[in-house]
Amino acid sequence: MPEIRVTPLGAGQDVGRSCILVSIGGKNVMLDCGMHMGFNDDRRFPDFSYITRNGRLTDFLDCVIISHFHLDHCGALPYFSEMVGYDGPIYMTHPTQAICPILLEDYRKIAVDKKGEANFFTSQMIKDCMKKVVAVHLHQTVQVDDELEIKAYYAGHVLGAAMFQIKVGSESVVYTGDYNMTPDRHLGAAWIDKCRPNLLITESTYATTIRDSKRCRERDFLKKVHEAVERGGKVLIPVFALGRAQELCILLETFWERMNLKAPIYFSTGLTEKANHYYKLFITWTNQKIRKTFVQRNMFEFKHIKAFDRAFADNPGPMVVFATPGMLHAGQSLQIFRKWAGNEKNMVIMPGYCVQGTVGHKILSGQRKLEMEGRQVLEVKMQVEYMSFSAHADAKGIMQLVGQAEPENVLLVHGEAKKMEFLKQKIEQEFRVNCYMPANGETVTLPTSPSIPVGISLGLLKREMAQGLLPDAKKPRLLHGTLIMKDSNFRLVSSEQALKELGLAEHQLRFTCRVHLHDPRKEQETALRVYSHLKSVLKDHCVQHLPDGSVTVESILIQAAAHSEDPGTKVLLVSWTYQDEELGSYLTSLLKKGLPQGAT
Amino acid sequence: MAAHLKKRVYEEFTKVVQQQQEEIATKKLRLTKPSKSAALHIDLCKATSPADALQYLLQFARKPVEAESVEGVVRILLEHYYKENDPSVRLKIASLLGLLSKTAGFSPDCIMDDAINILQNEKSHQVLAQLLDTLLAIGTKLPENQAIQNRLVDVACKHLTDTSHGVRNKCLQLLGNLGSLEKSVTKDGEGLAVRDVQKIIGDYFSDQDPRVRTAAIKAMLQLHERGLKLHQTIYNQACKLLSDDYEQVRSAAVQLIWVVSQLYPESIVPIPSSNEEIRLVDDAFGKICHMVSDGSWVVRVQAAKLLGSMEQVSSHFLEQTLDKKLMSDLRRKRTAHERAKELYSSGEFSSGRKWGDDAPKEEIDTGAVNLIESGACGAFVHGLEDEMYEVRIAAVEALCMLAQSSPSFAEKCLDFLVDMFNDEIEEVRLQSIHTMRKISNNITLREDQLDTVLAVLEDSSRDIREALHELLCCTNVSTKEGIHLALVELLKNLTKYPTDRDSIWKCLKFLGSRHPTLVLPLVPELLSTHPFFDTAEPDMDDPAYIAVLVLIFNAAKTCPTMPALFSDHTFRHYAYLRDSLSHLVPALRLPGRKLVSSTLSANITPHEDPSHQFLQQSLERVYSLQHLDPQGAQELLELTIRDLQRLGELQSELAGVADFSATYLRCQLLLIKALQEKLWNVAAPLYLKQSDLASAAAKQIMEETYKMEFMYSGVENKQVVIIHHMRLQAKALQLIVTARTTRGVDPLFGMCEKFLQEVDFFQRCFIADLPHLQDSFVDKLLDLMPRLMTSKPVEVVKIVQTMLRQSTFLHLPLPEQIHKASATIIEPAGESDNPLRFTSGLVVALDVDATLEHVQDPQNTVKVQVLYPDGQAQMIHPKPADFRNPGPGRHRLITQVYLSHTAWTEPCQVEVRLLLAYNSNSRLPKSPWVEGGEVSPQVETSVIEGTIPFSKSVKVYIMPKPARR
Repeated sequence: MPEIRVTPLGAGQDVGRSCILVSIGGKNVMLDCGMHMGFNDDRRFPDFSYITRNGRLTDFLDCVIISHFHLDHCGALPYFSEMVGYDGPIYMTHPTQAICPILLEDYRKIAVDKKGEANFFTSQMIKDCMKKVVAVHLHQTVQVDDELEIKAYYAGHVLGAAMFQIKVGSESVVYTGDYNMTPDRHLGAAWIDKCRPNLLITESTYATTIRDSKRCRERDFLKKVHEAVERGGKVLIPVFALGRAQELCILLETFWERMNLKAPIYFSTGLTEKANHYYKLFITWTNQKIRKTFVQRNMFEFKHIKAFDRAFADNPGPMVVFATPGMLHAGQSLQIFRKWAGNEKNMVIMPGYCVQGTVGHKILSGQRKLEMEGRQVLEVKMQVEYMSFSAHADAKGIMQLVGQAEPENVLLVHGEAKKMEFLKQKIEQEFRVNCYMPANGETVTLPTSPSIPVGISLGLLKREMAQGLLPDAKKPRLLHGTLIMKDSNFRLVSSEQALKELGLAEHQLRFTCRVHLHDPRKEQETALRVYSHLKSVLKDHCVQHLPDGSVTVESILIQAAAHSEDPGTKVLLVSWTYQDEELGSYLTSLLKKGLPQGAT
Repeated sequence: MAAHLKKRVYEEFTKVVQQQQEEIATKKLRLTKPSKSAALHIDLCKATSPADALQYLLQFARKPVEAESVEGVVRILLEHYYKENDPSVRLKIASLLGLLSKTAGFSPDCIMDDAINILQNEKSHQVLAQLLDTLLAIGTKLPENQAIQNRLVDVACKHLTDTSHGVRNKCLQLLGNLGSLEKSVTKDGEGLAVRDVQKIIGDYFSDQDPRVRTAAIKAMLQLHERGLKLHQTIYNQACKLLSDDYEQVRSAAVQLIWVVSQLYPESIVPIPSSNEEIRLVDDAFGKICHMVSDGSWVVRVQAAKLLGSMEQVSSHFLEQTLDKKLMSDLRRKRTAHERAKELYSSGEFSSGRKWGDDAPKEEIDTGAVNLIESGACGAFVHGLEDEMYEVRIAAVEALCMLAQSSPSFAEKCLDFLVDMFNDEIEEVRLQSIHTMRKISNNITLREDQLDTVLAVLEDSSRDIREALHELLCCTNVSTKEGIHLALVELLKNLTKYPTDRDSIWKCLKFLGSRHPTLVLPLVPELLSTHPFFDTAEPDMDDPAYIAVLVLIFNAAKTCPTMPALFSDHTFRHYAYLRDSLSHLVPALRLPGRKLVSSTLSANITPHEDPSHQFLQQSLERVYSLQHLDPQGAQELLELTIRDLQRLGELQSELAGVADFSATYLRCQLLLIKALQEKLWNVAAPLYLKQSDLASAAAKQIMEETYKMEFMYSGVENKQVVIIHHMRLQAKALQLIVTARTTRGVDPLFGMCEKFLQEVDFFQRCFIADLPHLQDSFVDKLLDLMPRLMTSKPVEVVKIVQTMLRQSTFLHLPLPEQIHKASATIIEPAGESDNPLRFTSGLVVALDVDATLEHVQDPQNTVKVQVLYPDGQAQMIHPKPADFRNPGPGRHRLITQVYLSHTAWTEPCQVEVRLLLAYNSNSRLPKSPWVEGGEVSPQVETSVIEGTIPFSKSVKVYIMPKPARR
């Protein structure tokens, strides 16, 4: 029995280090290869020894697919390919391919240079790893090998994020990566066609949330920033270098322009400058508005937003600063946060999801006194705001996508177990499909019943079509033909052609049957009586009385003979070929009832 | 190179049309008329290969065929059809048959038998489809003939089982267009089974080909359009199609569901998997709402549009569309809108600062949450934040229509509309502002909403700001703070964009007159009066101060206690403003002043209006013109023209009429003057110089008549006759002047013939009006027409001359409403001293912004002209999309003009002005074949005969620099 097996190595009932193994039709595919933000030990990378137990990675995996450039989806890639060792192809979209190495390099710098970790991947490893990448276009069907093919769909979320359809034969799996069903200021909404996969693996970050309209969110955000700036406060917006940051930049930029505000907006340098460059380049991946207006002005060429310098943080007066990283767990954003936390005029706006264990998560959950490194205690007086700008689909969005793709099974990853439970129940209830939510290392096995394509010759099809009435989609039709199986290839042909192809002679199959009739008359007369009887009953068929005394109905032969022992009984010999089985058996049963008595 | 580049640029960016004279000449005579079919026959017989034959047929199709010869042509085509083996040629013939049967004046029933006949023997699917199309053309041509229709329907039914989707499509189309409306076909058709067309079409809803499914739904919709009442059973079938894999099927199915829901709004349908039942229209509404989140944006647009017209839907369903039950971690959350409302009603201003004011509240029962309701839940919330702006616009429009019919819904959707004011696409913002204006009668804005609305006043787009001003004109504000806020924001707007002055004043006028009681407590603050101290007198020329006064005075009109709060200078300023801005400041009942008789003048009908009377009298004076000597006539005319012009300046509402009549009289004056020339009394060769005067007069009359004909809106046919008559006289004048001044007879031949043609043309166009023109020039001329036709040119001229001198003055009847077209160029302002610099050979884009008043069909008539200092003139056709229509009779042209020139040594000015293009030939009745043939009628009308400048020209300083190497 063919089956699809799914094992999450990461992101199973968890957010972070997405890494899912899928076996489909004898092919093994790894979806995403991420790291975990919350850990600094071995747990930050997926446990690849699960695979390496059985040998080398390259032997086991047919390909690796990266859905987008966030580190929790691609952070372990150099480690996986260079340190553990994988030489097969890695698939990702063009923007992901461009931006991914920048982020990896940044990650490496923080880990090695700042935290002084040894045994970490090097810059060269990142470069080597990126050489194994094959870039794909949206909706382009890429043939990984003869049987395995993948196709990318637009996913919103961040620039270049994609959902991937993995297909072997007639079995398919769709992996959504992270996606967003509502468009925002710089990206469009995720979209997939009715591809009806056997399995849909979807993220479920916001499994239990239905969000307010994005317009209210935007307005709230602008209002909060505006008010903080007006009373002279500083606003810190911790963001990841790419993604939300660009959306918020566009939002603030247009607002500043409209309201004619003068307070400076800063953006942490380095990464972001490079990233903005890519946003300018990959205009086709953005939303309708930016795509349409970039000829006049590329929206990513900001007028009001300038590069940030560390010294600016101590400048007096209001300002807005976007700083990385987004969860306040390290880096510049944490530094600035420490500086500004003591003043109640200031404000920090957390625009996204925060993983448990990070500073961001702590302050959001209301903690006002934070223990920092070296037993320092930081008192947070500044205002803490949370704006759900995270570009993940909410519960409604997930349901919408499931509705669009019409899968046979759904599997939830990238979310918290408690929340998944609710969504799982909803999906099972409303779509009546099975829903799974495996933990890390747990394998889900789905039996599939793949359909087997059979070729049919046009002549046969037309002939059979012509015989019946109109084709009716609701009713199955009976078709006569011969099934030829040759080199794992099925064909349905007419029997004549099958004989010809196989070089076989046709065998005639005849059925004969004796029917005893009580009739004292002569054989000739009996035959005549049979003839007239059949003639009257079978009006649609050609009934003939031959000169030799036998009767034919179509090709069926009936002969009457005297019974050797009992002269009062006549024996009717009925003989028909296999093709006339239906009519033949009908005739016998008719004759068995006897001839009508009234006839002479 | 540069020149080449420039040429290319011109080709790409502008459409400079050269006026071609020869086009008119091409359709003069048609001598080849009778040999049409014969020629085709010969051609087709000559054809050796199918490709040849196809070429002949294609050539043939380019030329029109007269109704009389259609039948012959059809016979020949059919004959070849039978012989032809190549399917592509047969296809072309079949399509030609269809085209020919559409010819006006030809009854195609005679070819129907043949068409059906060849249909039966045809094997090729494509040809079959084309033949069915031909049959459709025939059938639609004969809507009365029931027998033929039935026969065609039979044919269609027979071919419905064809394997090709194209054939099935055409069959369904045929059924949709011709399927009989009465079910009682059996009465006359003996033995013919009743064909239930709906049933047959309905069966194809489940066809395997999506194109056929779409065609089936379209056919059903066609049946509905033709007045056949669809069965309710179709509803269920259509609902199934909503989950079709193909977007065009879904899109059509949405339409069908909408149609059915309008037909049977009150029937009851069961809800699957429950025992409840709901009204069909509610069910359909829910289903269409669901389609607003479809995967394909085409379907989404379609669904959002249709929602707007479902007014019978129950209110609780309607209100669901705006409700998306929020939750966070399984706890119920209130929307930002709800929170804002609550804050407002608790008397606290929304600060957005309170920590956790959006914290989720009560726990939700997990079982009760329904994530994909089939109901209408949140349809508009989704539609309004759709990715494609087309969907958003459709959703806003639908909101508008639904809100207009339901005040409670209007109140609810307000928050969402206000949110749309911040959309990223300007069109959407504009549309939502317009929508808000339309429903403003039903709503009152809360303060926080007003705040968001007013924030848009800083928008840099003039369109948006003006739309917002118009919205504020008719908004209800609930508190005095709201009024104050609005005033403050408007004044801010005024300082930022001084050009908005008039619009803002007008806006404040309405704001004041709508909310007198709210303005009252604000007066002391606004006028900055103090109970004890005198304050400084504000500057009377300050637009902001005028704005405040406009608000107060308009509020004071219905609030008699207000003037008591005014200080002395306010009264003085009132008097001044009442005079200078009388359209903005109403008459007030001020203490110690007599009321001006403004209330009296309001109820005077236009005919009793003294100025109107004056106009009538001065025009009546001119009637007596006939009895005066030339000198007296001239004086009278001059006097009247002067009077009319003055009147037009004083009374803006009569300006159109006065100008129109003055122009006519001026023409008459010129004519009289020209005929008084000495030229006529003296021998021809001696007076070359004077003839200049007469021919100039003729030319000017021509120009003026064109202006009269095309520059005024509301001109009726009776005026057009008179105008054309005047023009004819001018042409006659021209003819005789040339006859007098040129030597030799040869050029006269052509001129005479042309003139006679003009007369003929006049007669043909205005045959119905000729009785009104008794004793006129043309009347007399037509009497002598037979004689003129045969006479020599010299004689003709003589006759015409006497006619012209004897002709009487025709009285011009005045139309009801007449307005002169006018245009004002707002931008470029023409004041800049900085030249626009650009590299020669390349182009520079100049933004042109102009308002047009009373221009009919500006998309086709208004052109922009650029005059370069070297005398070169360039005409630019603006795109149709560049014209906006902000109100009746008003248009706004916002376009870009591309300038280019070779290098200059120093900057110089180019002139930009607007032209009104006209084409007097458009009055010609169209020949019948134009519609049937493949010649597009556009070619005919888009030819420009001449242009009238109708705006002041604006000078733009430009400087093409030589290209740097």
